[in-house]
Formats: sequence, structure tokens, C-alpha cells
Amino acid sequence: MNRSQKQTQHRPEDRAKGRIGARSSLALRGVSLGIAGRPLIAPLDLDVAGGEIVTLMGPSGSGKSSILAYVCGTLEPTFDTAGKIFIDGQDMTEFPPEKRRAGILFQDDLLFPHLSVGENLAFGLPRRIKGRRERDARIDQALVEAELGGFARRDPATLSGGQRARVALMRTLLSEPRALLLDEPFSKLDVHLREKVRRFVFDHARAKGLPTLLVTHDPEDAAATGERVVEVRPAMIDNPSVSQTPQKNHEISTVSHREVGIIKKLSP
Amino acid sequence: MNVRGWERIKLLRYAPGLTILLFLAPVGAGLIGTWLPAVGIFPALGGKEFSLAGWRELFAYPGLGSALRLTLVSGLLSTLLSLTLVIGFVASCGEHRAFQALRRLIAPLLAVPHVAVAIGLAFLIAPSGWLVRAVSPWPSGWEVPPDIATVQDPYGLALTLGLVVKEMPFLFLMTLAALHQTQADRRLAVARSLGYGPVTAWIKTVLPAIYPQIRLPIYAVLAFSLSVVDMALILAPTTPPPLAVLVLRWFNDPDLSMRFVAAACASLQFGIVAVAIGGWRLMEIVIARLVRSWLVDGRRGGSGGLLAPVFGLFALAVCGMGALSILGMVIWSFAKRWRYPDVLPSAVSLDSWMRQTNSILNAGLNTLTIGFAAAAIATVLVVACLENERRQRVSSNGRGIWLLYAPLLVPQIGFLFGTQVLAVHMNLDGTWVALVWTHLLFVLPYVFLSLSDSYRNLDERYLRSALCLGASPNRVFWRVKLPMLLRPVLYAMAIGFAVSVAQYLPTLFAGGGRYVTLTTEAVSLAAGANRRVAGVFALLQAVLPMVAFGLAIGVPALLYRRRRGLRGIA
Repeated sequence: MNRSQKQTQHRPEDRAKGRIGARSSLALRGVSLGIAGRPLIAPLDLDVAGGEIVTLMGPSGSGKSSILAYVCGTLEPTFDTAGKIFIDGQDMTEFPPEKRRAGILFQDDLLFPHLSVGENLAFGLPRRIKGRRERDARIDQALVEAELGGFARRDPATLSGGQRARVALMRTLLSEPRALLLDEPFSKLDVHLREKVRRFVFDHARAKGLPTLLVTHDPEDAAATGERVVEVRPAMIDNPSVSQTPQKNHEISTVSHREVGIIKKLSP
Repeated sequence: MNVRGWERIKLLRYAPGLTILLFLAPVGAGLIGTWLPAVGIFPALGGKEFSLAGWRELFAYPGLGSALRLTLVSGLLSTLLSLTLVIGFVASCGEHRAFQALRRLIAPLLAVPHVAVAIGLAFLIAPSGWLVRAVSPWPSGWEVPPDIATVQDPYGLALTLGLVVKEMPFLFLMTLAALHQTQADRRLAVARSLGYGPVTAWIKTVLPAIYPQIRLPIYAVLAFSLSVVDMALILAPTTPPPLAVLVLRWFNDPDLSMRFVAAACASLQFGIVAVAIGGWRLMEIVIARLVRSWLVDGRRGGSGGLLAPVFGLFALAVCGMGALSILGMVIWSFAKRWRYPDVLPSAVSLDSWMRQTNSILNAGLNTLTIGFAAAAIATVLVVACLENERRQRVSSNGRGIWLLYAPLLVPQIGFLFGTQVLAVHMNLDGTWVALVWTHLLFVLPYVFLSLSDSYRNLDERYLRSALCLGASPNRVFWRVKLPMLLRPVLYAMAIGFAVSVAQYLPTLFAGGGRYVTLTTEAVSLAAGANRRVAGVFALLQAVLPMVAFGLAIGVPALLYRRRRGLRGIA
């Protein structure tokens, strides 16, 4: 902890130079991905403000999850990458994942099976919060917020799908992320649960003022945000200006050409 | 950024190189150190010039022909029998209850060292053994033990049986793993729905997929069976013994000039194994060509009704013999008076145990410490290699696995002498370090084979989630990865321990006679006539690995008794 603070202090000029955008924000600048010399995603520019939820839509295999992996720093090095990631205006591109503080939720809750529900939450809680009592209080508070008061000692495997999804979100939120990445987190839930969990996640993301990037192939998810949708489409479609057709009953803003990632489809 | 963390990652990069050096260098040096004396070059004994005198003397040895025949018959026959039994059993009984029963019997049997199986089997099938007693005096009419050589028979059949009892479980387990990886049940379901009988469906659709996966284990079995020493000392005839025992005898001959003959014979042994593996590969190619048209000729095969009971019976008989062997040892070790033809001893006592307390403690402590050290070092090295593989994103290629198998494919007797010469030059001969190091050569491959799948298959997203929650890579490794993999890691360690406990030749050569383990003690006692004392050591030798396996399964089960989600992993 001390060492990392010292290191950050050593580089004030870097930080000044790197600043882009508002205080609480996520920004992608010219992010492009490829595999083995073949481009997968053309340069993508995107700004997500605090509390805003932007959806990346596209068919499976289009590489939209890889964009999230690039943002949080866990993309396999086998990818060719270009472009920069800014969180709160700070250039994060060269940072390891654990220093970026970009929280991510996957399709599966990925609660650590060897830890109890409470220990899972404690794993997310920063070290900075000291003292057993203080840490326990934070965890209990998070559980109450997730309507799971008193669940701290439970085995995650005994929870229902919806309960686990809520614990997973609370674990991420406790780690005090500066941006939230959602990698199809609702797709494995039952239809009736999906709606509830979605609202739970979106409400929390907005309440915390987190810039949120949602990746999905389910138009319902996109519609539920009522916010911007960026479509990631395979490049075989000749029309270069790819735009989202507005859907009924939902406010979906189409996006500018610049913001659209175009996929150069991998030849099969 | 965490500076120490980065340094540690760099250190990790040397893990594969260090591992290969630690464990291939002794094999390579050992082979050269055996081949040179075979052609007369061994400065320590005054051999400075190329000479084929050793080979001439070897070929002049009158028993060479019989020794060679013994080696080939027991080695090839046991491998073929084990493989046929396993394939026949899995193909015909895959859906039967016998399959599940055998599955449960197999794991403990695999943990029992070769020597213990050999000693127990000798008890079982000897003319005065359990099987004969069960039918004597009635209905066999044998008032005294019959005068038939059932153990140490001139054809090496007892040795062959012992090898089958030990190798069948190994091949069975390897086949189970391969079945799992190739999604065999789906292939089978498709073939069955196309109208194929169960056995034909299995042979035509599953076997071609799993054979490549069990090929290296088969070669390892072949190499082992052709060059086994410890089991042969107990079950094979002595005049002449199989080739490998002959090598050992000559290496231990007080007449130092016999070292040249021994080295020549060890090189011959290596050649036999190399030719056998090459020949086996050739047969694979020929058979694959020949059956190609049979695969697609549309013949559906019958219900295989008769095959299932036949193979089921044979497989259960083999496993039953293993189980009875162990049981027999237990009873012998507590027997006070057990006259022929009583099926059970007429008096029991703890005498055999009490009288041996000192040597049990000494040998047991050596076995424990050496086994634990070798298993622990192997586990650390394997985890480091696998972790490096993940962090560097280097994918394992097919050639890596061959390197890993090298110490299992090269006959032990073919290189351990050379390794000992190397140890003498490094002033390590007869030290604890040399002993553990030599054990490591045979422990490491099994630890790697046991752990690699679970390690590589751990869902990467758990680790990514942990990183994104702000945990450093090292924290993720210690707090998430290792705890989640605790069961497979401990299990791999237990396998490593079991392999170390079973080692006879490596202990003999590297220990320089200074270290007595349960295995070396059991082998030398088996030569004597006292079944009770031999039973004590053989039993202990079988119990230690079982305790290790029990701990490897029990500790995680206890720690994670309230973590249901972990049960699916590994």
C-alpha cells in the first residue's frame, strides 16, 4: 500500500499530462483490438460519464467482451491492442488490473466457493478499512442493502441465483471501483429474476455515480437502461455507418459514426 | 506498482528450465554414465580404452538366453494382458454396476506399492498360500503343500500376474481420465442410436479417440514391465533371473570388473525397451491401417452379451487378488501360529510388530521424510511451472509431455548406475540430497500429470474478478487460486508421496546402502523365509500412501465441509 502510494506520488507530471474528461468518468480513446494481425474491432472512442450506463451491443463472438477485458486490464496478451483507457481522467492503459479499480461482473457470479458470503465481501473491501469491527459493519451494511441481512456466514453455494448475483455486485461495489463493467451479467438468470437483478444493479450503479459499460446481446438489457447504445457489428455488413434502429417504447439514442466500433470479421 | 511482485514473476520464469534441468540432466548423464563403462571406459576402475570385453562376457553368460526370454515374456505379456483387460472391461461393462464397483476398488489398489503387492501375492499363490489352503485338505487332498512352483516359476508367470495386478489399475485410471476428456458418452450415444451394439460402438468410436491419450501411459507400463527389479526379486525365478535383476546382481558383485558386464547388460536392457516401444508403435500403425475399412464397413456388432460377464469377472478377479494380497499381509503380520492348511491363524500376537520397533521406526522415518520432501519439492516445482505457463501465456505443446515422461520410459536400471557415478563426482553419493533428488525424477512426472488438468481448467474469470477487486497477482494466487485448488494440489502431493514410497532401485543406488526404507527392508525380508516380518513391512509400506491419500481427501473435505460449491472442482 505504502509503496504504491509513493510510486504514484513520484509521477505527478504523468498524471497531469494524462488527464482527460470529467472527474468521474470512463473514456476509451481509439481503442482497437485484433488477433494475429487481423483487426477485430476498429478504433472506438467512447465517453461514459459518472452515473451513465452505456450499452455495447453485438452478436456473440464479436469481441465486445474483449473490450471490457481491455478496459479492466485482463485481456490475453495474444490480442493486438491499441488505444488508451482513462478512468476519472487518469490514463490507466499501462496499469495492471488491480490498480485500475474497474469493477467487473460476469455472466456467472464467480463468488469464491472456498469463502463464505461475508468473506467474499471482505475480499472486495479495501485494506485501508481497518479493524475487525469496522470491516464487519461495512459487510453487514452491504448485506442489508442487498436484502441479505444475516447471510454473512452462509456458503455461497446455498444461495439462489438472484441472491448470488446481488452478493457479486455488493462485492464489486465494496472494492470502491471507479467504473463498473457488466459482461452480460443477467443472461444466465431466469426471466423473472433478470428484471429484478437488472434494476438492482442499475440503481446501485447510478446511486454511486459510476460510469458503467454494459455488454450484452439481449436488446431487453439495452432497452432497460434507457440510455445510449453502441452497436458492435461484424464488418461483413457493407454499410460503414452502423446505427441502432430505435426500438419501440424505449428511448435509445443512436450514436455518432465515430463512436461505432466496426468489426472486421475473422474469416471462418 | 509492487516491485517485489514483479521480481517474483521474473523468478517464476526460470521454473520450467530449472525443473527440466533438475530432472532430465540426471537421466541423460545417467545414460551416458552407463554406456561408457559398457564400452570399457570407466577411469575409476582403470578402464581407459574402448573395449567390448564387457559385451563379450555378457554374451558368454550361459543364462542370458533364459533371462532374455523371462524378461520378454513377463514384460510383453503383462502389458498386453493389462491393456486387453482394461479395454475389454471398459468397452463391455461401461454401463454395468461392476464398473462402479471396480472404480472404487481401483484407487486404493493404485496406492499400494509394487513391492507390497508382490509380497502379498506371493503369500496368496504360494503352494502353502491362501488359495491352496482354501481348498485343502478338502477337496484338493493336499495334506502337505503341493510341490508346484507357483511363485518364482520358470516361465515368469507369477511375475506376469503381479505386474497385471499392479498395472491394470494404472491403465484403468488413465483410461477413465481419457474417457472424461473425449466426451466418450456422447460418441457412444450417437453410435448406439445409429444401431451399433455397445461393444462395437465403443471400439469403433471411443477407442480411436482415447488411444492417443493413453499411449504414453502404455509405453510407461511397457518400459516398467520389461525392466522391473523389485517385483522380480520376489516373484521371478532366480537362476537365471530376468535381465534387470541380472544387471543389479552384477553391479553389486564384489568383483569390481563385473561392473563392465553390468553396464553392458544395462545398455542391452535399455535397447530392449527402446525396441519394444518402437515395435509397439509400429504395431499401432499397422493395426490402425488394417482396421480402417472395418471401422466403416457398417457392421453393427451384437449385444456383446457374453463379453461383459467374462471381462467383468477377469477384472474383478485381478482386483480381488490385489485386495486379498493386502488382506493376507495384514493377517500374516499379526499371526503367531498359522499352520498349513489352516485358513486363519490359530493364534495371533503383536510379536512381529514389537520385535521390529526399532527398524520400523528407522525405515519408516526415512520413508516418510524422503517421500514428503520429494513430494513437496515436486509439487512446488509443478505449481511454479503451471503458474508460469499461465502468466506467460505459453501453451503446453505435445513435445513437453514427452520430456515429462522420459524418466518413466527409460528403464531405471538403464541409467541409475550412471546417475550414481555422477553423484560420486558431485560428492553427493549416499547423501540424503541425492536420495531425494533421485526420487524426484520419478515423483515429478506423476505430480505433474495429476495436477495439470485441474490447474489449467480453473475458471480464469475467478482470478480476473479477484484482480479487478484490487488484489495483486500474488494475493490472488495465495488467497484464491491455491485455496480453490487445495484438493487437487494435496492429491497430487499424495500421489507423489506414494510414488516415492514405492521406489526400490533409486533408493538402493542413490542411498548407497546407507538409507533403509520400508521398501528396501521389505524386499530384503521377502527373500528370507519369515512371512510375518515381511508382512509387517509390506503392510506399513502400503499403509503410508493410503494415509497420505486419506489426508489429501480428508483435510479439504473438513476445511470446506460447508462449501458445497467447491465439490465440483477437480
